[in-house]
Amino acid sequence: MNELLRNALALPPQSSSIAREIDTLHYTVILTTIAGVTIAALVTAVFLIRYRRRSAAIPLTPRVILPIWLEVVVFGGLLAMFCAWWLVGFIQYRKIQNPPPDAMPIYVTAKQWMWKFAYPSGPTSTDVLVVPVGRPVKLIMTSRDVIHSFYVPQFRIKQDVVPGRALTAWFEAIEPGTSEILCAEYCGARHSLMRGQVVALTGDDYARWLDAARAPLVLPGAKGDGHGLAERGRQVAADRGCLRCHSLDGSAFIGPTWAGVFGQRRRTADGGEVLIDEAYLTQSMMEPRAVIAAGFPAVMPSYQGVLTPEETSAILELIRSLREVSPAQVVPPPAVPLEFREAPAAGPGPGRAAGVVPGSVPGGAR
Amino acid sequence: MTLTVVPPEPASPEPPPPAPAPPLGAEPAAVELDYLRAEPGIRSWLTTTDHKRIALMFLVAVTLALILGGTFAMILRTKLLTPGPALMSPMTYNRMFTLHGVVMVFMFMIPAIPAVFGNFCLPMMLGAKDLAFPRINLASFYVYCTGAALTLWGMVHGGADTGWTFYAPYSTVSPTDVAPVAFGVFVLGVSSIMTGLNFIATTHMLRTRGLRWHDMPIFVWAIYATSVIQVIATPVLGLAVTLVALDHALHMGIFDPALGGDPVLFEHLFWFYSHPAVYIMILPAMGVISEIVPTFSKKHQSSYRALAYSSLGIAFIGFLTWGHHLFVAGISQFDAGVFGLLSMFVAIFSAIKVFTWISTLYRGSITFNTPMLYFFAFVYLFAFGGMTGIAVATTSLDVPWHDTYFVVAHFHFIMIGGTLTAFLGAIHYWFPKMFGRMYPERWGLVSAFLVFAGFNLTFVPQFLLGNAGMPRRYYSYPVRFHILNVASSLGAYLLATALILTLAYLLISLRWGARAPANPWGSRGFEWRSPSPPPVHNFVTPLDPTRGPYAYDEPPPDEVPPVST
Repeated sequence: MNELLRNALALPPQSSSIAREIDTLHYTVILTTIAGVTIAALVTAVFLIRYRRRSAAIPLTPRVILPIWLEVVVFGGLLAMFCAWWLVGFIQYRKIQNPPPDAMPIYVTAKQWMWKFAYPSGPTSTDVLVVPVGRPVKLIMTSRDVIHSFYVPQFRIKQDVVPGRALTAWFEAIEPGTSEILCAEYCGARHSLMRGQVVALTGDDYARWLDAARAPLVLPGAKGDGHGLAERGRQVAADRGCLRCHSLDGSAFIGPTWAGVFGQRRRTADGGEVLIDEAYLTQSMMEPRAVIAAGFPAVMPSYQGVLTPEETSAILELIRSLREVSPAQVVPPPAVPLEFREAPAAGPGPGRAAGVVPGSVPGGAR
Repeated sequence: MTLTVVPPEPASPEPPPPAPAPPLGAEPAAVELDYLRAEPGIRSWLTTTDHKRIALMFLVAVTLALILGGTFAMILRTKLLTPGPALMSPMTYNRMFTLHGVVMVFMFMIPAIPAVFGNFCLPMMLGAKDLAFPRINLASFYVYCTGAALTLWGMVHGGADTGWTFYAPYSTVSPTDVAPVAFGVFVLGVSSIMTGLNFIATTHMLRTRGLRWHDMPIFVWAIYATSVIQVIATPVLGLAVTLVALDHALHMGIFDPALGGDPVLFEHLFWFYSHPAVYIMILPAMGVISEIVPTFSKKHQSSYRALAYSSLGIAFIGFLTWGHHLFVAGISQFDAGVFGLLSMFVAIFSAIKVFTWISTLYRGSITFNTPMLYFFAFVYLFAFGGMTGIAVATTSLDVPWHDTYFVVAHFHFIMIGGTLTAFLGAIHYWFPKMFGRMYPERWGLVSAFLVFAGFNLTFVPQFLLGNAGMPRRYYSYPVRFHILNVASSLGAYLLATALILTLAYLLISLRWGARAPANPWGSRGFEWRSPSPPPVHNFVTPLDPTRGPYAYDEPPPDEVPPVST
């Protein structure tokens, strides 16, 4: 019955602990609505037909005043029903709003147009929120610019994220899998692309993910013992601000990730393809607007004259050392965001890559 | 100077036969020309203080606004045929939905029924010659035009992209030009206040001798309740958009937390007006339906007081429910509970109306003209839209639904399914009175059916989209929403076709329609006791209200005097 109604009403799967009971109230309210409206329309139709005029002359009609008891019964009954819905809904609302005391906190910062998640134990991620199944998670959320709204349809939760305030939301995922995060409050040009996902992992997987994310960055495939040229590259990338836009763990950010790209062919914003090798990477550092990766804004400044040749080499070696890090090894592939970021590649027209001036990406400006 | 106009008016119905004789001094012809032909020439129209002419000028203006807003809607729906980027850039799309909202809400929905049909019918329903302040009435039209021009200028100048809700702080940092659009909305609000003030004064002061409050047509009660909201709530809208414009232009920081401001404050200010504003849009529609039902069922309202008082109830409780737009905005749980409960009471008043209309049909003598088909559509769409309003007022259900297409579908059911349907019903109902011509009944029925079908095809899929989780104001959307979006767009095209058809045959009827008798529907309503179209001073003989507007259980009042030439 639940599944039948859920599909009939086009509701997404119930992936959180509260989804089922909210849906039950939803079914009750909507089915009553449909029944009530059907009755009203049917009675109207019956009256229209039964009392249609049968003669050309206009007859006098009786003045039928509704007995007061009928009105009291009908509207008293309706009001009682509405208030009952309100009561059940309000009890559920209190539950949605008040996180359980043992909930695990995760800090969320929204900005145009991305979600950043910070775990108390250290790791951070962008647009991908990794959580354990079966444990309440409390999100402590704020915004760096305008109002956003954290919405996970599969969890049936939504909370506006307001600058200057820390508002909370909580959920408990009930099965491993991914759920889409959408921004529900209009927040500017890329509002509809401000998406992410929640990845729910079983307890063991989550612990493994957390360990990997927390460990000092000894990356698979990195040469040496952490003191080689690749390690030097990591230092340079951090010092020069590269890591503000590029990630080393496969998550897409303002710019493309560096993990698992070396030696690959990638699409460019103008519809072509490019082999990512030392030449292309060096050009990207010195003349970043020459060839833009598909799906990313053209906002990177030139590092001509900023990076010494030795630093450039170190960064190249870092990227090369990351060639075997696939996004899947770090977090399950963020299917939805990637689908979007690649979409504009089909046509070089509007999309993530085009029409953005550097100043319009506050993430970069601030 | 307007005050000088007031005193003669209540006095004028008193002397027995003043109406037929006075004007047209030159000719011996005792018949008075109707208001359309009394003073020819563009200039006499543009400077008229006749409420009927001003109503027609408003009719032209709001029809143009409807066409403009509808064009934006068609462009939006065409874009949404494709999940990914298509047709226009995201920023253009964002400007389009903003303009669709601003034009439809402030330039069409709010003035549509009050400024056109309220303006035309209210004095006639009170037995008055004109509104209390005829020049303010004319001024309100030009203020409306000024506001509309400012908004359109802002649109050409770049257009705002904030949505019609202007939510801060986005609206204060938006790269687009918010100020002209906000200022245009401000000026449109001034026009709305002027109209409301005029109606309130007229209802209090210019009822003809012997017309008590409880004898007034229900439409007057509805317009009166609407006017109260307009006068009290609109200044708060003006305040809110002014602060946004100042914040945008001068960075005053009223809504910027970095400077000590509060973005949620804007939401409170905005919805303090804009929630009652939805009653500004729907109450007059309910008034129209309350006139159509008794006329075409030839039956007294099954409960006059229920209809009259529920309008006032909606107007009053409507002021206390704005917080239900903020359930997930970070208001306290106590507030959310109170606002949720109060919202249920508004719903009860609406339910009372639906119940009364339907029970009025019982033992009536019903004829099935186009306005009646619109009534049937209205009952279904308004009841469904209203019940989904209960659903979104249920706090826990609103959490997933808020800001999704479910809410979009809900308010389009009320605004289009309710107000636009009633607007179309009203224009068919009063068309013979306003223009002295009949519309083609068969075309009317066909297009009413097409409007109903197109409407359902457009907005029922949007309820499902909202359930599935599609947020509103989405330029591109996940592919799983594709089919429902296509269905909705096709419905929108059908709806547009039906509306164009309606406009076409109504324009044709203006010239080639059959001549309308004074009272083609056999109504007992006051406005039908005057010739079609009415003379400049509305009645040939003063209105005698002793036989009420719904007295279908008694023989009709004396026949209307012959139509003037």
